[in-house]
Amino acid sequence: MTNALSKLLDSRDWLMADGATGTNLFNMGLMSGDAPEMWNVDESAKITALYKGAADAGSDIFLTNSFGANASRLKLHGAEGRVHELNKVAAELGRDVADQSGRTIIVAGSVGPTGEIMSPMGSLTHERAVEMFHEQAEGLKAGGADVLWVETISAAEEFIAAAEAFALADMPWCGTMSFDTAGRTMMGLTSADMVKKVGKIAHQPLAFGANCGVGASDLLRTVLGFAAAGPTLPIIAKGNAGIPKYHDGHIHYDGTPELMADYAVLARDCGAKIIGGCCGTTPEHLVAMREALETRPRGDVPTLEQITTALGGFSSASDGTDGAGPEASPRRGRRRRSE
Amino acid sequence: MSDQDDDIILSELNDEDLVAQMFDDLYDGMKEEIEDGVNILLERGWPPYRILTEALVGGMTIVGHDFRDGILFVPEVLLAANAMKGGMFILKPLLAETGAPRVGKMVIGTVKGDIHDIGKNLVGMMMEGAGFEVVDLGINNSVESYLGALETEQPDILGMSALLTTTMPYMKVVIDTLIEKGMRDDYVVLVGGAPLNEEFGKAIGADAYCRDAAVAVETAKTFMARKHNQGAPAA
Repeated sequence: MTNALSKLLDSRDWLMADGATGTNLFNMGLMSGDAPEMWNVDESAKITALYKGAADAGSDIFLTNSFGANASRLKLHGAEGRVHELNKVAAELGRDVADQSGRTIIVAGSVGPTGEIMSPMGSLTHERAVEMFHEQAEGLKAGGADVLWVETISAAEEFIAAAEAFALADMPWCGTMSFDTAGRTMMGLTSADMVKKVGKIAHQPLAFGANCGVGASDLLRTVLGFAAAGPTLPIIAKGNAGIPKYHDGHIHYDGTPELMADYAVLARDCGAKIIGGCCGTTPEHLVAMREALETRPRGDVPTLEQITTALGGFSSASDGTDGAGPEASPRRGRRRRSE
Repeated sequence: MSDQDDDIILSELNDEDLVAQMFDDLYDGMKEEIEDGVNILLERGWPPYRILTEALVGGMTIVGHDFRDGILFVPEVLLAANAMKGGMFILKPLLAETGAPRVGKMVIGTVKGDIHDIGKNLVGMMMEGAGFEVVDLGINNSVESYLGALETEQPDILGMSALLTTTMPYMKVVIDTLIEKGMRDDYVVLVGGAPLNEEFGKAIGADAYCRDAAVAVETAKTFMARKHNQGAPAA
């Protein structure tokens, strides 16, 4: 399949993705609790500025302001009937910025989680999840997105439902999950588990990886876990710029541009090919990351110690891939749930 | 272990073995077995409150610890909580009849703009598992919604959850309103959600940040104990 992203991936050693959406929109005056996607229509100049911020800072890929633009989430704001429109506009604004940049920039249509638990644990059926993701995918496609990009997913079932929806929309895609609970996703998936699950998906993504989670160190441990599992697809690293702190009425992530520059280079050494930031990552961080990726040489794969020395400690001792995790409570072991 | 396939007849176990088996069955999310266990203990004359604390709360404490320690994850905890709910459904009316001591009451909800309720639901279930009365306001709660519930429910604890960078500052809006109205000190305010941390909790004026549902239960218990101590008449 030829599309803009696979061409770029073939021709380059590494690509830089974008940074945060929420953090940057807050800096432009978004109020807590409001849906960022409404700004695609109500404050479109600010969304264009958001995209331009990433493009001007040297991003090769940026994600559209459509993370929460699925029917389940928009319902909160009484806008479940505007899925197609809000996604289409999100992608159109991005298309304009990319086309006017004078170089190849990929517009990636962001697709976030539904926020619901899928069956059998929860009430969201596979069919309904596919339907919601498909509706969003068609909107992003109509607006001119180059690829779709599902992100911050914690359940394998939801990731798989998105892949199926993107196949229905006949769109190439990338996907990242969020590893925020003892090095795993909230649903308990390890980095190695994700490589296995991705390998079984019929409509293969162009790249896969991790975003958000808990700070830059944890994210790189996850990338090392991906690489160790022998994936065949390029790896994506989109980590947060540190940890959120509250200062004078707004959220501030404590990761400096210098730290994110170190993170970017280490991410490449860990085996990531697409490198960006997530929450807290501003254009200023991106400029520093781009410069570091361009000027610093590749190094050996870092050890966990080198990562913590450079970026700070991990949130948990193990990420579940080393067999050294905590032991379960002793049990009688006389019967187990049969599954 | 040997003989995994052996069927266990719960009613043939002595009290001690039965409770131990119920711990395992809770851990494994086996709802029907928990319901059976509760009924057997009732038949044997156990007071409902003893069944709640020794069998159900005891078992959920193990689940909570392994969740806190990254051994169990959300799917397993949801199953365990569902099994516990089966037992609670039997015990609840009996507890009301027998006038069992009340641990405390909590109003909980996800903040405005946020639909994520997985963590919040877990907290609610684990709090119920620990004997608290829980009023769940659901998702997308405005300041008005929280304040209204505080007035009608008169809880000891207010719990707020947010899973997005874009919604977590709203917790401060709620707390600031409580301060403005002179109501802040009437409640213990606990906050939680993936992007939060302890420092954030302090900065916005919450009493505590709870990393997960197990920590929420422990924290709530600590605050309730402190409150009871303060309320105790000087001897």
